[in-house]
Amino acid sequence: MRAAAQAALADLGRWRWPEVAFWVAAWGSWLLLPEQHLLLNEVAILGLFALSLDLVLGFAGIISLGHAAFFGCGAYVAGILARLGWGDPVLGLLAAGLVAMGLGFVTSFLVLRGSDLTRLMVTLSVSLVLFEVANRMAWLTGGADGLQGMVVGPVLGWFAFDIFGSVAYAYSLVVLFGLFLVARRVMHSPFGLSVRAVKGNALRTAAIGIPVNGRLVAIYTMAAGYAGVAGGLLAQTTQFVSLDVIAFHRSADVMLTLVLGGVGYLYGGLIGALVFKWAQSWLSDLTPEYWQFWIGLVFVALVVIGRERVFGWPAAVLRRIAR
Amino acid sequence: MTAVLETIGLERRFGGLIATSNVALRLERGARHALIGPNGAGKTTLVNLLTGVLAPSAGRILLDGVDITTLRQDRRVRRGLVRTFQINQLFGDFTPLTTVGLAVSRRLGLDTQVWRRLGSRKAVVDGCVEVLERFGLLDVMNTKVATLPYGRQRLLEIATAIACGPRVLLLDEPAAGVPEAEREGILAGVAALPADVTVLLIEHDMDLVFRFAQRISVLVNGAILTEGTPSEIAADHRVRAVYLGSDHG
Repeated sequence: MRAAAQAALADLGRWRWPEVAFWVAAWGSWLLLPEQHLLLNEVAILGLFALSLDLVLGFAGIISLGHAAFFGCGAYVAGILARLGWGDPVLGLLAAGLVAMGLGFVTSFLVLRGSDLTRLMVTLSVSLVLFEVANRMAWLTGGADGLQGMVVGPVLGWFAFDIFGSVAYAYSLVVLFGLFLVARRVMHSPFGLSVRAVKGNALRTAAIGIPVNGRLVAIYTMAAGYAGVAGGLLAQTTQFVSLDVIAFHRSADVMLTLVLGGVGYLYGGLIGALVFKWAQSWLSDLTPEYWQFWIGLVFVALVVIGRERVFGWPAAVLRRIAR
Repeated sequence: MTAVLETIGLERRFGGLIATSNVALRLERGARHALIGPNGAGKTTLVNLLTGVLAPSAGRILLDGVDITTLRQDRRVRRGLVRTFQINQLFGDFTPLTTVGLAVSRRLGLDTQVWRRLGSRKAVVDGCVEVLERFGLLDVMNTKVATLPYGRQRLLEIATAIACGPRVLLLDEPAAGVPEAEREGILAGVAALPADVTVLLIEHDMDLVFRFAQRISVLVNGAILTEGTPSEIAADHRVRAVYLGSDHG
């Protein structure tokens, strides 16, 4: 029985072939779909942003309607650095992540108390306040006109960004993959398990000696860093930052994206981002004026019918084959 | 004998209601102590005070002579004060193995590790197997907790507390809702604890209390009515009055 227990514990973080297939497909898309690189770059960035929300919502159970605060923070940090002449993308991204982490750490104390509804209001309020701060500090952020004059250097001093988005997508995908591996590793560690325990039952988590608030602060800070990096990627690969990066609809979109793909298993945000961006692109080609109507309708249908029933059967088939 | 857990003038008011009134409780090392009392006597409130879920309105709590009155819940657990809950508090989408695994990791101080897998330490695996085996949960160790039958969940509730390596264990009605036949499993698991572990049992089932306890405290309306050996308590006419109604007293 000891061997069985050890095997079961070892099995927790094991790579399964659908996961490998997912990443092979992701890397393959760079080679095989060169004309889609701009769209795929957006998918990768939204995917990283949704992964960040998954850490908070799917693993720790903190509901947030203001996650764009960290995305926007990262975007402005990377953008402002590039405008001031610090155009190295990797260092800029690092700075974006670290500043967003700092912001996440400070604001995490606001989400410790209260129920889901309180958290919803607090996270929303933080992002609204930051939106207004960015708007008012036009001398730094460009305000409503957006941040002009960013000069982003080549990645690692070698790969300059091109108009087809090929370098951009490769860059975003490398960053996404790296941060995904870190998140995957962390979420399968005892620490990651303890974060999931907080979501499952905070009372019991404290009763086995784990500091609930400490875990929430840690995961919120980490997720804020992820969102900041995603924002930094958007700023660097589009070479433009506007108030749009921190607007309410961005927080709402990332929530929809994550819910679309499913919470709590790390891939939900990535799959959701692919579906969301693809549907957005396809529908806006089809009906440029009414695509939001159709995407809204899809979401309503998804909620009414249930994601499990819509996406459940291919997943079930996959599981059957995997066995 | 030295007191492991001691309360001095412990009090808790909810508005005008006094749920705990001037409670002085003293548990010796290795004690098998029971706390009984009618419904609404304030037994669970007392456990919540001892473990830090509630803050007392007045009074002090000492663990090994150290004042822990204002210490956070998780800090008290780290000092060895562990409880179980009257109503199961489990992680529904965990398995018994991961539940116990997390508790064992915490006991070994590995819960802040972010880079190693849960099962990569031999000590964790051994700790899990030992606890799961003691409570007969090995056969369901990979079953989702939420789908386990109630009796098994109850065993896991106790097993999780024991995996924390308690020095003082507070059992809040461990047999509540458990069919007669399955109570033995819970008792056996608790009986197998080392002799120096102090146990406070809160229970309605008098049969269980008198089989288990060496000393009994009776809580009525938030205050300790009396304390004594099981035979003293059984003979106490005030206790009989409380349980059977004053007409019989």
